[in-house]
Amino acid sequence: MIREITIGQYYPADSFIHRLDPRVKIVCTLLFLISLFVQNSLPGYVVATLFLAFVIRASKVPFKFIVRGLKAIILLLMFTVVMNLFLTKGGAVLVRVWIFQITEAGLRISVFMAVRLIYLIIGSSLMTLTTTPNALTDGIESLLRPLDKLHVPVHEVAMIMSIALRFIPILLEETDKIMKAQIARGADLESGNILQRAKAMVPILVPLFVSAFRRANDLALAMEARCYFGGEGRTKMKPLAYGRRDYMAYFAVMSYVAVAFAAGRFLPFHVWIF
Amino acid sequence: MSIKLEHVNYVYGAGTAYEKQALRDVSLEIPQGQFVGIIGHTGSGKSTLIQHLNGLVKADSGAVYFNRENIYVDGYDMKGLRGQVGLVFQYPEYQLFEEDVLSDVCFGPKNQGLPKEECEKRAREALELVGFPEKYYHQSPFELSGGQKRRAAIAGVLAMKPKVLVLDEPTAGLDPAGRDDILDQVKYLHDQTGMTVVLVSHSMEDVARYVQRIIVMNKGEKMLDGTPKEVFAHYKELEAVGLAAPQVTYVMHDLKARGIRVETMVTTVEEAAAEILRVLKA
Ligand SMILES: Nc1ncnc2c1ncn2[C@@H]1O[C@H](COP(=O)(O)OP(=O)(O)O)[C@@H](O)[C@H]1O
Ligand SMILES: [Mg+2]
Repeated sequence: MIREITIGQYYPADSFIHRLDPRVKIVCTLLFLISLFVQNSLPGYVVATLFLAFVIRASKVPFKFIVRGLKAIILLLMFTVVMNLFLTKGGAVLVRVWIFQITEAGLRISVFMAVRLIYLIIGSSLMTLTTTPNALTDGIESLLRPLDKLHVPVHEVAMIMSIALRFIPILLEETDKIMKAQIARGADLESGNILQRAKAMVPILVPLFVSAFRRANDLALAMEARCYFGGEGRTKMKPLAYGRRDYMAYFAVMSYVAVAFAAGRFLPFHVWIF
Repeated sequence: MSIKLEHVNYVYGAGTAYEKQALRDVSLEIPQGQFVGIIGHTGSGKSTLIQHLNGLVKADSGAVYFNRENIYVDGYDMKGLRGQVGLVFQYPEYQLFEEDVLSDVCFGPKNQGLPKEECEKRAREALELVGFPEKYYHQSPFELSGGQKRRAAIAGVLAMKPKVLVLDEPTAGLDPAGRDDILDQVKYLHDQTGMTVVLVSHSMEDVARYVQRIIVMNKGEKMLDGTPKEVFAHYKELEAVGLAAPQVTYVMHDLKARGIRVETMVTTVEEAAAEILRVLKA
């Protein structure tokens, strides 16, 4: 039941995108997100859509896994759209109901905003779906390395992140087990008012916390037993290294950014108000 | 109070990248009062199977009957079923949560809606049944030893007075003495109360001495089902799937192969000793 939650879930497959260096994927995802937000014309979005469709195909991740991430933001999406729709003023008034009115600018901005948000989620899910959590933190650590100079504990932060990510599925599984065990003892987690339900969580939360602390303790001991003392002088078994396909990916994304920018700027192509 | 499974199939994570068929067309019937062992490798579907017995997991296809009633019909009293089929999970000590042992054991009966005095009475009975020392009743469950925690957790299920007790690898992680202790206690429970006991294990040796019937699971399918003697007669097949028969089975077969005409259908060391003596004396 609880396992079905997808937070940064990895989809195992063997594709060009999966094999890219995590740094490439992080940087390219950021570039893509920025390109979305500086864009506000139809041709630009057409280019972005084509590019996104191309990457999804190349990633070999089934489409239904990619859109699954959208479920989480549906409320936020509707809120944004509604706010923009009614509160942005400009251009001709299209619809007027009582004190509310929808203007051309409102419609235009809310549609673009919705597209941006959806592409933003798809773009970043694509990154997490094709990169293992460990590779992701490796990539982040490597990209943030320069901050070492400013005495930011980059290695430690990355280690904390990778441990946290590693523990999410373990704790979910543990929660599932404990829930089942307490249900088997007749615990009722579904009925009752808020207070009763909160109380019903105690038999689940207490064992969960106990187990989380126990695991953390075991892990700390195991790390110390293997002489872990932070990042200084630590080498990697598989150091990140750029290969040909990584340069190709950088090139492709740069080209996309340039084309999308040019299309948005110089193609005077409009459909109605968009 | 029999339990019956008919053509049960179960798939974890259907439609995801991690799809896994855990049970494949499993049918079996467990009559009231039987002491059954379910044996299989890690990942063979034992835990999934027993979670069907009290409706914690719902089969994708097939049916489960408790007392001849289909438990999947609308409005079936699942909570009642869970009181009658008590399920002790693997490492049950990790579900303890109350401030003291006695209140933790009361959790089950309390959920059944029994009055406080009755809960406590049942908790005391259950703790006594599993041989839990009275001096620890008011201690925090987190401060007990591994074996005592496990006893407390088993008592937590027993206190609901189930007709059927299902134990998922109750000896996992215990030392040999603790293991024998728990198994002896389970056997005692079965003999005392006459309840049905389903004992899950991945060790033949553990189970052979205690149970009346063995169900062998392999890759989600029921592979063998019969008395220990019947099942161990297939020791070659068991070996092929990485489950050894008890060592005495091998000893007896070797003896026979060397011309000592012993009966090979024995399952325990005591029986083997008696059989060898019988042949030697004859
Ligand atoms: N909650 C779960 N989610 C996904 N797969 C699971 C889950 N529980 C068990 N499995 C898988 O189902 C199969 C059977 O598991 P299980 O019934 O626990 O076997 P056993 O108890 O015999 O070790 C295993 O391959 C296991 O990986
Ligand atoms: Mg198991």
